[in-house]
Amino acid sequence: MTRIATAPNDRGAAVGNAVEVRGIVKHYGTTKALDGVDLTVKEGTVLGVLGPNGAGKTTLVRVLSTLIKPDAGTAVVGGYDVLRQPKQLRRTIGLTGQYASVDELLSGYENLYLIGRLLDLPRREARARATELLERFSLTEAAKRTAKTYSGGMRRRLDLAASMIGRPRVLYLDEPTTGLDPRTRNEVWDEVQRMVAEGTTVLLTTQYMEEAEQLANELTVIDRGKVIANGLVSDLKAKVGGQTLQVRPARPADLPEMARCLRENGVSTATYSADTGLLAVPITGEEQLTAVIGVLGGRGFAIAGIDTKVPSLDEVFLAITGKPVADAEPVPSLAKEPVA
Amino acid sequence: MTTATLAPARAEDSRIGLSGTLRHVGALTRRNLMRIKADPESMFDAVLMPVIFTVLFVYVFGGAMAGDQDTYKQYLVPGLLGQTGLTLAMAVGTGLNSDFQTGVMDRFRTLPIGRASVLLSKIAAETLRGLLSFAILIGFAMCIGFEVKTGPLEVLATIGLALVFGMSIVWISMLLGMALRSAQAVQGVAMLVLMPMQFGSSIFAPTQTMPGWLQSFTKVNPLSALADASRALLNGQGAVAHPVMIVLIWSAAVTAVFAPLAVARFRKRT
Repeated sequence: MTRIATAPNDRGAAVGNAVEVRGIVKHYGTTKALDGVDLTVKEGTVLGVLGPNGAGKTTLVRVLSTLIKPDAGTAVVGGYDVLRQPKQLRRTIGLTGQYASVDELLSGYENLYLIGRLLDLPRREARARATELLERFSLTEAAKRTAKTYSGGMRRRLDLAASMIGRPRVLYLDEPTTGLDPRTRNEVWDEVQRMVAEGTTVLLTTQYMEEAEQLANELTVIDRGKVIANGLVSDLKAKVGGQTLQVRPARPADLPEMARCLRENGVSTATYSADTGLLAVPITGEEQLTAVIGVLGGRGFAIAGIDTKVPSLDEVFLAITGKPVADAEPVPSLAKEPVA
Repeated sequence: MTTATLAPARAEDSRIGLSGTLRHVGALTRRNLMRIKADPESMFDAVLMPVIFTVLFVYVFGGAMAGDQDTYKQYLVPGLLGQTGLTLAMAVGTGLNSDFQTGVMDRFRTLPIGRASVLLSKIAAETLRGLLSFAILIGFAMCIGFEVKTGPLEVLATIGLALVFGMSIVWISMLLGMALRSAQAVQGVAMLVLMPMQFGSSIFAPTQTMPGWLQSFTKVNPLSALADASRALLNGQGAVAHPVMIVLIWSAAVTAVFAPLAVARFRKRT
């Protein structure tokens, strides 16, 4: 495991850990879905758990929300042990997941009211809370419609609202934007940022570096049930190279010359692909971006187009492990999880 | 690693208590009933089946079987009451299965409620559906000339008996609901079990003309006892105590065997 940086406790010793996971192991048959995972989420912060499909992210969330029991290890959330104090733990958490879902046959309002009552809110308070959250998540117009008529984005917002009913101190978001279009994704991000601003601690799983960068303070990267890196997002970004500048020269024949020129000037390392006709330059900040453009422009290369992109999960894995994401071994999907 | 771990906000103990459980069961029962509002077709089995069965059998087979339709009405309708309880009991398993499949159960399981609440609310909703179904069956039958020859007390006793038997079948239904992969599979298997049970009994026809091997099945089939008991109660003819006893013994035995299995399976999954 690569320790990117020792995360400094920037808020002093008063800040406790909302989530502490030590050595969690979970098998499905002979597959090790989780193979000794350690992680910590400080109160009031967002931890991003980044990993490819089948890495064990959802299994981890299910352990932390008492849906499945770990085979070994300990996990404490809000001071409660997942195995010994599940009922108390459930009062402190909210879960928005790929699998824990709202009832499609109930209206948005009825879904939220039901959860309020199950969380022991008095009738009047449950009604008020449902109305308040529908308003907040812009679902008031659709409050009386059954959830199955909702669009993907509305469904996800209702899911978020459902997990917020009990004012949880710790919120799990299991791939909250997978399958959403960019506009809806931004809406979800805005909501998450609002919750964090109000002091909610969040554990977020994602496959997207961009999402982790947007929302998380710290990152834990997992692969095949193991933590392969953790630390502050900024440190990981520095290591991976934050963004990549993609330059498309007017004459593809210039590519080798451009890469050589950037190296010689010590501005940045650059790679190119003759197939795509693109020069890829890792960038850590504005100054470097300006310098690269300056060098390329100063040498008189004709540039047809430029674009910046955040590194993909593949590039992150490449930077951390020196290997690309391995083809995930078949991990039993949760829908078919052995139940007996 | 920091050792200062978040202190528990509330030091209350983890037991939920009776009033909490009642509140949760109430909220979940309401949910089950709201689902019906959104999906009225799901009431077809409760509302239409009793009517269809009555019409079909009384007018199609009635004359041929009992000589005249009025005699057959008095024979058939009490037996259908028992069958109705059985059909509705099977719906519990289907509903449970779809809650597991859709992830709704996962949501419930992350909430601080007793796991029995989910089961109890399903039973409560099915009981309400059952009562409606009984009312429709008796009401419709009376419209086409069925007569209760005894009194309201006997009607209540008949319904009560059908509910008790239905409740014991609920455990089998729940077990199927958790063991099988899809709601369709649960329905399929339920049909497979229900059809021979229903027709291999004294619900639709007296058993005397059936071949010996079938008669030995109809004799032990609890639905025969249930139909006989209902007929005795509503028509005021024949022994009441004996068939009622048999139904109660069957209900107790089925519950004793399947309730622990269903509960164990449910605990394991939740």
